[in-house]
Amino acid sequence: MQSSLKTLIAAAGLALVASAASAQDSVKVGVSEPLTGAFAASGNYVAQGAQLAAEAINKSGGVLGKKIELIIEDNKSNPTEAVDTAERLIVKDKVPVLMGAWSSTLTLAVMPKLEEYKVPMLVETSSSGKITTSGNPYIFRISPTSEMEATAFAPIAKTLGIKKANFLVTNNDFGKGSMQEFTKMLKGQGIDIGAQETMEPAATDLSAQLAKIKASGGDTLFVTTDVAQLTLILKQAKDQQIAMRVITTGGSVAPDQLIEQAGDAANGSYHLVFFTPWFPDAVKNPDVAQKFTAAWKEKNYNTGGLTEGFRGWDGIYTIAAAINDAGKPDAEAIREAFWKVKVKGVNGDIAFIKQGPAGKESGQNVPSVYLVKIEGGKVVKQ
Amino acid sequence: MDQFLQHCLNALVLGGTYALLGIGLTLIFGIMRVVNFTHGELYSFGAYMMFMFVMLLHLDFFLSLVLAMLLGIALGAAIEFLLLRKLRGADIDTTMLVMIGAWIAMQNFEQLVWSGVAKSIKTPFPSSPLVIGALSVSWNRIFVLVVALGLILCTYALVNRTRLGRAMRATFQDSDTAALMGVDIGTIYMSTFALGSGLAAAAGALLGPIFVVTPTMGDLASLKAFAIVILGGLGNIVGATIGGFILAFIEELGAGYISSGYRDAMGFLLIIVILLARPTGLFSRKERIG
Repeated sequence: MQSSLKTLIAAAGLALVASAASAQDSVKVGVSEPLTGAFAASGNYVAQGAQLAAEAINKSGGVLGKKIELIIEDNKSNPTEAVDTAERLIVKDKVPVLMGAWSSTLTLAVMPKLEEYKVPMLVETSSSGKITTSGNPYIFRISPTSEMEATAFAPIAKTLGIKKANFLVTNNDFGKGSMQEFTKMLKGQGIDIGAQETMEPAATDLSAQLAKIKASGGDTLFVTTDVAQLTLILKQAKDQQIAMRVITTGGSVAPDQLIEQAGDAANGSYHLVFFTPWFPDAVKNPDVAQKFTAAWKEKNYNTGGLTEGFRGWDGIYTIAAAINDAGKPDAEAIREAFWKVKVKGVNGDIAFIKQGPAGKESGQNVPSVYLVKIEGGKVVKQ
Repeated sequence: MDQFLQHCLNALVLGGTYALLGIGLTLIFGIMRVVNFTHGELYSFGAYMMFMFVMLLHLDFFLSLVLAMLLGIALGAAIEFLLLRKLRGADIDTTMLVMIGAWIAMQNFEQLVWSGVAKSIKTPFPSSPLVIGALSVSWNRIFVLVVALGLILCTYALVNRTRLGRAMRATFQDSDTAALMGVDIGTIYMSTFALGSGLAAAAGALLGPIFVVTPTMGDLASLKAFAIVILGGLGNIVGATIGGFILAFIEELGAGYISSGYRDAMGFLLIIVILLARPTGLFSRKERIG
């Protein structure tokens, strides 16, 4: 009995020593992404990009002389799970910084926990304006807001000669936020707004919405959703002979995957994207983009996922820069350091400007936005 | 007017597949008293088999459809044999929990095998739609409607006109008496579950090429199938067929003229109203099948 007690104590002691040793060997970064559920495809790409970045960083010396260690949790495309994963990462794994959570709804769900535990989170994918304007000083977003996308698109709306625009968006913060900002921008240019339809993120049959849009007339249809639902929309719009120009916003549309899956129906559609792997010279930091693309191809990851995966890469590099600047893996020090980072990312140069109420500002990056078009089964520059 | 007719046409096509999903579930629900949470997974299984046969093995589209349905029947029989047979006589909660477990396990297995990236399936149908005046509908959807109606008729005939069907109906009314009369209850349960599963797999195989194939595609499908079964009354094939079309029309017209964001909610709202007025469903006179 006594000896087994001794063994137990010894084992517990060893475990403590072991965990202390691993804590010294690495700097932990928590990642919450949708690895299963409706956004599984995108979430996995981002996680793959994040892992590639961690590998590359560790190969060139790591952070603070230690290895960067990603702890990736699956938030199951579900806001409740997203909150759970964030809490688990902070409380159990004691990470000083998070990356997540893919999509505005998931990110908004996590945000109160960041304030509660005072841990900063880098937001790699989310476009709702609310995220950086609601006064959460622990948010640092590298993806563009819908407003930034709309502003970037404004001159193009003139060039394309849009007269009347319709909307079909997912019924959540992402879709509705985008519809609001683009409507405002288009109205400012005197462009008529026709039907404004919403759909459930998991809906597969969109014929009712499309029939209404067809009846409303107009020359352009703005769509905000993920690539799977967009594939359905393009196919079903063709079935109903809707001859409108389709423009997608949000940057989560992988044009390669679209060409593969929607076939002919993808031709003639326009897409706002934040990374253009098809034109390596068009990006701001071609060497970084080159390095990322090469690492992606070396692992034989799906090339259609490059336009999602780069967010994970840029996110982890930004976090690594902040940890290095902070000088210690401490949440408050990293939060302070985020304000000073300057990172050469795949999307462009990453730095944070202040948004939201004074004293409680969130960090927002000003990313590059590109418009591409699919023509004859190929992606062409606009 | 054109918009209204287009909505009606869309609803008609959608209703056929809803009915197909509902019938498979209503048989299982009615005869076996099993709340079958794997129904949606059989639906996505059918779609993935279609993807495998058409896109990876390059088999003929129509042959693939038959194979997908046969595999669905086989998988259904296997689930019955491996899980439900052992649970016969267990209370409904136990069975329900096991079926929920099977549903989650199957969905995650699909994700493991096929990854979360949506797949699409090529069809032999012309890519330009059939145009009638201001209306248009894709050839693929017409094909789906015709096959769905054919399968519904076959199922109806099987249950009402064959020896097996008579044994099924007897089991539904009173399984103990049926067993005393020489009906092999084990076989009846297995064929019912296999038939229901085969119909779900057929629905998935038919709709996979129209939509895209994802591991979670079955969730909404099974939710709707449950709604249709409740609407039509337990074990009622005609009720499930009409229920499927009603749900499709309400969703389509509701989305077209009221609010598209609440498309899925509207169907369920109607079900609440109907259940308040007629708790046994729209078409059930008394507890019988057929």
